[in-house]
Amino acid sequence: MIPDDLLYSREHEWLRIEDGGGATVGITDHAQEELGDIVYVELPEDGLELESDEVMGTLESVKAVSEVFSPAAGTVTGVNAILEAAPERINEDPYGGGWLVRMQLADPAGAKDSLLDAAGYAAYLDEEEDH
Amino acid sequence: MLRRTPLHALHRELGARLVPFAGWEMPVQFAGVVKEHLAVRGAAGLFDVSHMGELRVTGPEAIPLLQRLTPNDVSRLRIGQAQYSALTTDSGGFVDDIIVYRRGEGSFLLVTNAANTPADLAWIRERGGPAAQVVEDVSDRYALLALQGPRAVAILGGLTPLNLRRIRYYRFADGPVAGVPATVARMGYTGEDGFELMLPAGKAESVARRLLEAGADAGLIPTGLGARDSLRLEAKMALHGQDIDRDHSVEEADLGWMVKYAKGDFIGRDALLAQREGGVARKLVGFELRGRGIPRHGYPIRVAGEPAGEVTSGGYSPFLKKSIGLAYLPAGATETGQGFEVVIRGRAVPAEVVPTPFYARPRKRKKRKKRKKKRAAAASTA
Repeated sequence: MIPDDLLYSREHEWLRIEDGGGATVGITDHAQEELGDIVYVELPEDGLELESDEVMGTLESVKAVSEVFSPAAGTVTGVNAILEAAPERINEDPYGGGWLVRMQLADPAGAKDSLLDAAGYAAYLDEEEDH
Repeated sequence: MLRRTPLHALHRELGARLVPFAGWEMPVQFAGVVKEHLAVRGAAGLFDVSHMGELRVTGPEAIPLLQRLTPNDVSRLRIGQAQYSALTTDSGGFVDDIIVYRRGEGSFLLVTNAANTPADLAWIRERGGPAAQVVEDVSDRYALLALQGPRAVAILGGLTPLNLRRIRYYRFADGPVAGVPATVARMGYTGEDGFELMLPAGKAESVARRLLEAGADAGLIPTGLGARDSLRLEAKMALHGQDIDRDHSVEEADLGWMVKYAKGDFIGRDALLAQREGGVARKLVGFELRGRGIPRHGYPIRVAGEPAGEVTSGGYSPFLKKSIGLAYLPAGATETGQGFEVVIRGRAVPAEVVPTPFYARPRKRKKRKKRKKKRAAAASTA
C-alpha cells in the first residue's frame, strides 16, 4: 500500500507537504509491517530543529527497537500525542491516524527533489527485496 | 547454512516470518507477537521447538554420571518423570540449563538449548569420564512441539487415547498423538498449562497439521519464538545466554531450589554451597520500569547512581501492558521495592524490584484456598 499523493524516504518514512511548507511525517505500511506490533513510541519535542536523516524518534515492537529518521530538514511543530497511549495506531493506520510528527520544512522544494514519489518508492522496495 | 526443522514447509505455508536463531531458520512470528502471546494466555498456541537438542544417556552408569554433572537429584525421578536442572561449571555457573527425563531404570534423555547442544556434549564427554562416552546426540531424530495454553488439555485430548489429566506437571507418558508415536510431557516455557510433544522427525508435520485443525475452533494458532520469549519473560523463566550463563551461578540466578546439596558431590557443589551459606554477591531479580521506555537485554543499570551491570532480559509485557525485565542486582539491593535506574539511550529511567513471576496463571479455586490456608498457618507459627 503506497498512496500516490505522498513523498517517501529511503528509510521508509512518508511525508505529506502542505502549502506553506508544513509537512506531516509517518512511517510506511511496509515499515510498520516489518516492525510488527508497535508497543512504544518516543517522539521529538516541539520546536526541535532537525537536519535531514537525523534521528527524530524511536519506535519499538515487542522484539525490536527501530529509529525514525527525519526525512527532511525542518522544525518540529507537533507530535501525534495519542500514540503514547495507543502506539498500535501506527500498525492500524500508518498513513492516517498513525502519523508521527508535523514539521515546518526548511526547504520544501529541496525536500521534494530529494525524496521519492510513490512509483520511485515502489521500485525502491522491489530493489531492497532482491538484496 | 541455516538448519531447518521438519516443520519448515508448514511454517512457510502458514505465513511465518522466518529468522536465523541459534543456527536455525525459525519462525519468529505468524499473526503477530502480541496476538500470539495473548492467544497462549487465553486459549492455546503451537510452537515448533525442534531446534532444541536431545541427548540420550543410558546404562548402569547413567545415574552416577548425571548425579555428578547436574545439581538436581536424578535418583528422585520416577520413570515417567522429568526435572529442571543444569550442567554446572566448577564455579556453579551454567554450561546450560536442561530438562532431565527419566525414561527407564537407567535410561535418561536430556533436552538442551539448541545453540548449546554441541558444547554440552563436549562438556559431558570431558567431565564425565569413561561413563560419558555412551552419551549420544539424538537431536536429529526428534521434532519437538509445544502446545501451550489453558485449552491445551482439551485440544490434545481429542487426538490421543492417553489420559492427559493423569499426566501431572513435569510428568510424561508415551502414546499415539494423531496416530503417531509420541512422548507427551506436561511442561512448557510460557507460564501456562500445556505439553511438549516429542515426535519422530518425519511425522511431526502431520501431527502439527492435525493439532492446528483440531484446535482452530478453540482458538489455537501457530506461535513463534517472539511470543515464546515474551511469555517466558512474564513467567520469569531464565534464558541461557541472557539471564544465565557460565559466569552466573545457579544460586545467583535464584534457582537454588534445583540444587540438592544432600545428594552428595557434583560439579560446582563447593562453590554453590559457599554461596548458599554465605549469601550471594548478586541475585537475579525482576523489575518494572517506572518511567517511559522499554528495557532491553544489555542496557546498563545504575544502583544509587553507580554502574551495576546490565539488563539480562527485558521487554514489553503484552499481558500486563508494562515494561518488565530481569537483572542481577548487588546483595542488599534486591528486595521488593528497591529502586534503581535503567539507562535507555543515555536517559536514566527509574525502575523498581517487584515480586516474580510477573505473571502466574490462575489456579483452580480449591487449590488456591488451600494454599492460602497453608500460608496463614505458616504465618501464625512464624
